[in-house]
Formats: sequence, C-alpha cells, structure tokens
Amino acid sequence: MQWTDIRKTLRGWGYLASEFYHAPYRGTVARAKREQDDLFMLLIFSEMMGVPNPATYYTLELQPILMERFHQWHTRMGMEHSPLDEFRCC
Amino acid sequence: MSANVLAVIGLVAVALGYRFYSKFIAEKIYQLDPDFETPAHSMRDDVDFIPTNRVVLWGHHFTAVAGAAPIIGPAIAVIWGWLPAFLWVIGGTVFFAGVHDFGAIWASVRNKGTSVGALTGAVVGPRARTLFMIVIFLLLLMVNAVFAVAISNALVEAPSAVIPVWSAVAVAVVIGVLIYKMGVPILWPTVVGTIILYAVIYLGEAVPVALPQTFLGLGPGPQWILILFVYALVASLLPVWLLLQPRDYINGIQLFIGLGLLFGAVFIANPTIVAPAFNTNVPEGTPPLFPLLFVTIACGAISGFHGLVASGTTSKQLDKETDARFVGYLGSLGEGLLALVVIIAVSAGFASLGEWEATYSSFGTTGISTFVAGGSTIISSGTGLSREFAGTLLAVMAVLFAGTTMDAGVRLQRYIIQEWGTIYEIPALQNGYIATFAAVAACVALAFGAGGADGQGGMLIWPLFGVTNQLLAGLTLLVVSVMLVKLRRRFIFTLVPMVFVTAVSFLAALYQLWDLFVSGQYMLAGIDVVIVIASIFVLLESAAAFTRERRIAAAPAR
Repeated sequence: MQWTDIRKTLRGWGYLASEFYHAPYRGTVARAKREQDDLFMLLIFSEMMGVPNPATYYTLELQPILMERFHQWHTRMGMEHSPLDEFRCC
Repeated sequence: MSANVLAVIGLVAVALGYRFYSKFIAEKIYQLDPDFETPAHSMRDDVDFIPTNRVVLWGHHFTAVAGAAPIIGPAIAVIWGWLPAFLWVIGGTVFFAGVHDFGAIWASVRNKGTSVGALTGAVVGPRARTLFMIVIFLLLLMVNAVFAVAISNALVEAPSAVIPVWSAVAVAVVIGVLIYKMGVPILWPTVVGTIILYAVIYLGEAVPVALPQTFLGLGPGPQWILILFVYALVASLLPVWLLLQPRDYINGIQLFIGLGLLFGAVFIANPTIVAPAFNTNVPEGTPPLFPLLFVTIACGAISGFHGLVASGTTSKQLDKETDARFVGYLGSLGEGLLALVVIIAVSAGFASLGEWEATYSSFGTTGISTFVAGGSTIISSGTGLSREFAGTLLAVMAVLFAGTTMDAGVRLQRYIIQEWGTIYEIPALQNGYIATFAAVAACVALAFGAGGADGQGGMLIWPLFGVTNQLLAGLTLLVVSVMLVKLRRRFIFTLVPMVFVTAVSFLAALYQLWDLFVSGQYMLAGIDVVIVIASIFVLLESAAAFTRERRIAAAPAR
C-alpha cells in the first residue's frame, strides 16, 4: 500500500468521523451562534434604537460590514423592511 | 440450544426483513421517488436543512436510537423465557420498528421536514397534537427517573465502573474543547479518547469507588441518584458542544465497538442457552406475559422515541427520498440487534438453569447488572479478557448510554417547561435555570416518591415507561396511516402495528393500574390513570381520523 493510499483512507475516515460528529448538532450549534451574533449586532446598532452606547465611535466602523446580516435579521424576524426609521436597509 | 443458532436466526431474519419487506414498503406503500426534491435541497439553509451522506445519517440514526433501554427491557423480559422475548424483538424490529422509523422519515420529508408533533396537528388534528405533547412530557419525566435509578443500581453493583464512567465525562469535555476551540481534526482525538476510555477501565478495577453505607440516612443507591441529578442539572445547562455533542459521539463509537465485541464473542464462545424457552415456573408476583411483554420491551421492538429522532433531524438532512429506507429501516435494526444480543447474554451467560433461576427470582429486579453478569461471562470465554474487565466494560457502556439519554432528557424537559412559561405567560418559568431546576425536581420526586426512601421508584415505572413509549409510536404510526389513506394507498401495514401497540399499551396500563393501587403506589397510579386516558383518546382519535379520511377518500371527485 502506497503512502498516498494510506493518507487517502485516513482522510476518508476523518471525513466520516467529522460528519458523524457534526451532522446531528449542526442546527443547534448554528442557532446558538446566531443568537450571539444577534446580540452583537444589537450592540452595534444600539444607538439607532435609542440605546446610548459609549462605544459608538468604534462600532460605527462595523456597521457597513454588518449590513448584510442586518437584512437577514429583519427578514428572519418577519419584518419586510428595516424597522429603524433612520436606517433604511432595503 | 446453542446461542449461535439464535444469533444467526435473528440476523438472517432481520437481513431478510431489510432485503424484502422494506423494499416492498418502499416501492408499494411509501412509493419513494428518487427525483423528489427533499427538504434538505428545497429548503437548504446549511444549518438545519443540509443534504448529508446517507451512511452518516444511518450512523446517526443507528446510534441515536440504540441506548440503555434496549438493554434493560429485554433483561427484564427474559423472565417469561427467551422465546417470547426473541420473537417480539425480531418480529417487532422487522414489521413494526422498521416501518415506524422509515415511515416517520418519509412522512416528515413529504411535509417540509416538520417534526412528528407538528405533523400530528396538521395531518390528524389539534386534539391529537395536544395528546402528543402530553405523552411526550410523561415520557421525558419517566425516562430521566428510570435511567437515574438504572445507573445508580449499576454503579452500586459495579464499583469498578465508577471511575471510568465519570472519566468519560472528562474525555468528552476535552474532545469538545479540542474540536470547537482549537480546531483539531477529529480523527486523532477520537482514537486517543477511545484508547483512554478503555485504559481507564483498568484504573477503575484497581480503584473501585463505593459510597458510604448511609449518608444523611440515605443508602448508596439514593445517594447516586441525587449525585446524578445534580450532574444532570449542571450538564443540561452547559453548551451543547461542550458536553452533549462529544458524549453522543463517544457513545456512538462505544455502541459499534460493544456490538462488535458482543456478537464476536457469542460466535466464538458459542455458549449454551440455559434459560427455558418458555418459563413455566415464573416467580410469584410476575405479571402475565400478555400484555406486559410488549411494553417491557418497547425499545428493541418498537419505540416512539425513534419518531422524534427521525423527524427531528434525520428528515431535514436526507439527500434523496430513496435513502429513507437505508437510514430509517436499517437504522432501526441497530436497536433490535442490541436487544437480540442482550437476550442472548441474559439467557446464555449463566452456568446453569439453577443459577439463571436464582437471578430471575422476582420480576423487575433484573436489568443492567444482569446483562453485565451474563455478557461478561460470554465475552471472557470468547475473547480471553478477564471476566472483571469485561464486566466493567459492559457496565460502563450501559451507564454511558443511560447517562447521555438523561442529559438530553433533562434538556428537552427544560425546553418544554420554558415553552409553557411563554404560553401561559409565567416569566419565572421562562428562565433557563428555574426551568431546569423544575425539570430536575420533578424527576427526583418521581424517582424517590414512587419507591420510598430507597429511591427504587424508577424500576417500578419501567413498564409504565414502555407504555408511554408505545403510545408515542402509536401516534406516529397514526400520522403515517392517515397520510396513506389520504393518498389512497394500502394502510394495513402501518395500521396493524398502530392498533396493536396502542391496544397492548392500553391493556398493560389498565393491568398495572390495579396492581399499583393494591400495592399502595398512589403516585404511579395517578400517572397511570393519565396514561390510560391518553391511550383511550389515541384510539378514539384514530378511529375518528380514519372514518373522516376514508369518507373523503371514498367520495367521488367533483
């Protein structure tokens, strides 16, 4: 058996093991992550919702990066358009 | 009779079931379509809905459904002789469990991957959905109490298993951290973790841990039960990736190793079955075989719990509809095979009929420890491992299965209580900590309240647990049958199992009601009353749904 064959077999086993590990919990873990991300986004956009945020000077910079995720969030929450008056998303 | 014959007959029957019966069901009844776009594709979000390799899904289904219950049930039920248990396990697996699991996946896939609970509401009606929620709550309540008692019994009887069992928690946490926090590829932690898990068994033998005879007036059994619930309380609050996920994974590997080892040892050692085929000399106080056998062995023959797995995660990840047969039907065979090897262990693992009769001297006292005693004899004569090592290994395996079920059970119960908090607007119950505490308190009350201070409540409720599990299976089969009626297909293959499991559940619950009242177990009797009522409603609901749907189906199309 060649060395490359061994590596290929190992990779195959590794793939199966990793799928076997992750597949059942993918949804649970992703949901937990999404909840944390939502909280983070809330912090970033907090000033617009009238929640004073001393770190606005820094978080302002992150807003463009989070734009896409903001859109996903408000559609997921069942709102067709951005709920914020000063912040038109789509 | 030689155990090999039994094992071969069982394996061949199950293989034939897969080859022919499941093919028939797939082609003629569920009519699987390879071109049907499954929810994993049509609703793909790469989170819940994602097409997954069918071997992976099969492995997940296989390991998720086979746990401690198919060990305990058959180990109790062999008291009526090995033949009834064997026939029910094999017949149940081929004609009931396979069709049930397979059907649950199919039904869910054809309905956008919704869970059986939601399907019950959509397909049968809102009343049936309420019924479903009640049955699930009862099942979760009992599952935790039952497994806590089973684990505590096992740990008291096998002090050498204590260190390995708790080490497995540490191994799981380390694997979880390595994979999620450090991004280590999974293969090496798996190999090293498994080796550590088995190496620690030697340590466990060298340092057995026994709890004090009495502590605060409690014997070792109740002490373990309290420790287990404190553990479950903490464990169910931890993030899933840290403990539950790696523990599940380790268990899966243990199941494959354990099954391989047990079947291998049976084939090499070929022990003689000492237990009678039909036990005509059952100990006093043993309930009648019919209907109790059919609820004592629930998992292993058919179990409603599978429907939750099948429709919860499996159906959302199915790549092709035709994979449902491989994943669902073949996946459910895992539990049947585990139950089969347990039957062999507890009927051929003893030296003589006298020894077997001494073990089976009263109903409901056998369980994990009986399986460990019988199985370790077979493993040691088949593989040359010492009997003590084999015993600890099996005890650890069984306890880990039960422990993971407890972890998941408490967590699920917490979600239900939190949901109630939201529905009935009780803010306190919406709090994760309070909800978990309430869930654990309910289980402790059941484990202790039912059996007095010795905390033996769990084993008394074993048949009740079986009844609830069967009712759940009945509800899932009802959903599948009603779907078949709506599609104007033959529904006899799901209807007969449905009517059978619901009817035996009803009869068994009724029988136990009398028994529990006579022995003064009013708390369990109260639960039993709820179960009897629930089973009547399941039957009524089914009759109503069938009459309605058949009338609609029979009406000429306008």
